[in-house]
Amino acid sequence: MATYSTNEFKAGLKLLLDGDPQAIVENEFVKPGKGQAFNRVKLRNLRTGRVLEKTFKSGESVEAADVMDTEMQYLYNDGEFWHFMVPDTFEQYAVGEAALGGCGQWLKEQDVCTVTLWNGEPLSVVPPAFVEMKITQCDPGVRGDTAQGGTKPATLESGAVVKVPLFVEEGETVKVDTRSGEYVSRV
Amino acid sequence: MTDWRPGAAAAREARARLLAGLRGFFAARNVLEVETPILSRGAPLDPMVESWIATSPDGASGYLQTSPEYPMKRLLADGAPDIYQVARVFRGGESGSRHNPEFTLLEWYRHGMDHHRLAREVVALIMNQAALDASWRRPARLRVISYQALFQEHLGIDPLVADAEELQAVAARQGLEIQGALDRDAWLDLLISLAIAPAFPHDRLTVVHDYPESQAVLARPCAHDTRLAARFEVYWGALELANGYHELSDLAQFRERRDRDQALRRQRGQVLPRPDAHLEAALASGLPECAGVALGVDRLLMRLLGAERIEQVIDFPLESA
Repeated sequence: MATYSTNEFKAGLKLLLDGDPQAIVENEFVKPGKGQAFNRVKLRNLRTGRVLEKTFKSGESVEAADVMDTEMQYLYNDGEFWHFMVPDTFEQYAVGEAALGGCGQWLKEQDVCTVTLWNGEPLSVVPPAFVEMKITQCDPGVRGDTAQGGTKPATLESGAVVKVPLFVEEGETVKVDTRSGEYVSRV
Repeated sequence: MTDWRPGAAAAREARARLLAGLRGFFAARNVLEVETPILSRGAPLDPMVESWIATSPDGASGYLQTSPEYPMKRLLADGAPDIYQVARVFRGGESGSRHNPEFTLLEWYRHGMDHHRLAREVVALIMNQAALDASWRRPARLRVISYQALFQEHLGIDPLVADAEELQAVAARQGLEIQGALDRDAWLDLLISLAIAPAFPHDRLTVVHDYPESQAVLARPCAHDTRLAARFEVYWGALELANGYHELSDLAQFRERRDRDQALRRQRGQVLPRPDAHLEAALASGLPECAGVALGVDRLLMRLLGAERIEQVIDFPLESA
């Protein structure tokens, strides 16, 4: 069983605490000159997404969480599970709705995502920062309005709805920032 | 390419000005500047402070000083007048936004003073330095309060009688989630560091005096209450700047505390450094009545410049040294 001592603590380190994998977001060393040292740590629960603060007596050891980020290609959705594959090994993983965490709207077949595995089970999925998708439905733009910088809603092939400039038309492919959900450009 | 550039250019001139200012402060008060070794044959046994060990290829080894306290006390026992030193000191395992393992400590000793008088001199020194440059920040207020009153005021408990269980309950009420087993003193350290000091106004100097006997280190017991030690600390905002004592000169008590520290180190499985036999001999020959204090120069500079992290005032923190 791998463990980390508090003096190895740094942002990004993954610990097993209260039965859940948790990632260190911030680590602050606190010590009175002549007193006990502590590590004040902000942790993100990788299963629930909840952030909490904990204080460790310095020198304590904590079990490491067997958490691994793996690049995988998104294959398809069978209505219940989203299927991913590790390109090098062809190993496949089925991800349920809970672990997917609402990022299904940014998944496009063949795109490479980061799938976080905990003890070999999918824990969460991060889609690519930018995806290119075809617009399946949007109202026609109004001529002459382009200078105003107005927007209109457009539905993408994945079902996601983003705000696009008025000059963008149905059938076109657009680039979207998945972190903000915002339109970037026409492709 | 590694980033070779020193990281604290903005603080460089201020550091030089502060060092000159500190020397001027002591010159005006007839306090003698001294130098003592950085590398030493023995080290303190205080379980809360770890020494770096230095080894030579010929097999010789020594400790890098965690403070110049021991040799400076030997100077005093030898008849030295009031003395001060700007020393480089080293502490194992201390690294963070307010700690660099190597730092600059200003330590001084005053004959015939007790910890209250010396605390006033620390405040005078800080105010005096803050006036050196119009662009520097300066404290706007001063609060002097006993350790006991501080806990009563902030947390409604008496730190001299509360047991570990009560302190734990107080920490829980403060929303502190703790991992690891703490003893009474560790709970007190936790509360003062995370529940009390963070509430100190940022422009206020706070002098905390008369610590519990269990945290005496090398302070003598208070004459009016032996549950207390004649120790003080000075904070600027939430940042601890200085720690001082009305110095313990009683040899039997010194030995008792050293043995207690040694036993604690054994019990916790900490390294046992070679004790400093010279200090004990110096105390046996007689340490004059005096008070001493150590002040973190890098931290004072942080406050004067409004820096949030210690590497903003140190050109070469350990990671890039």
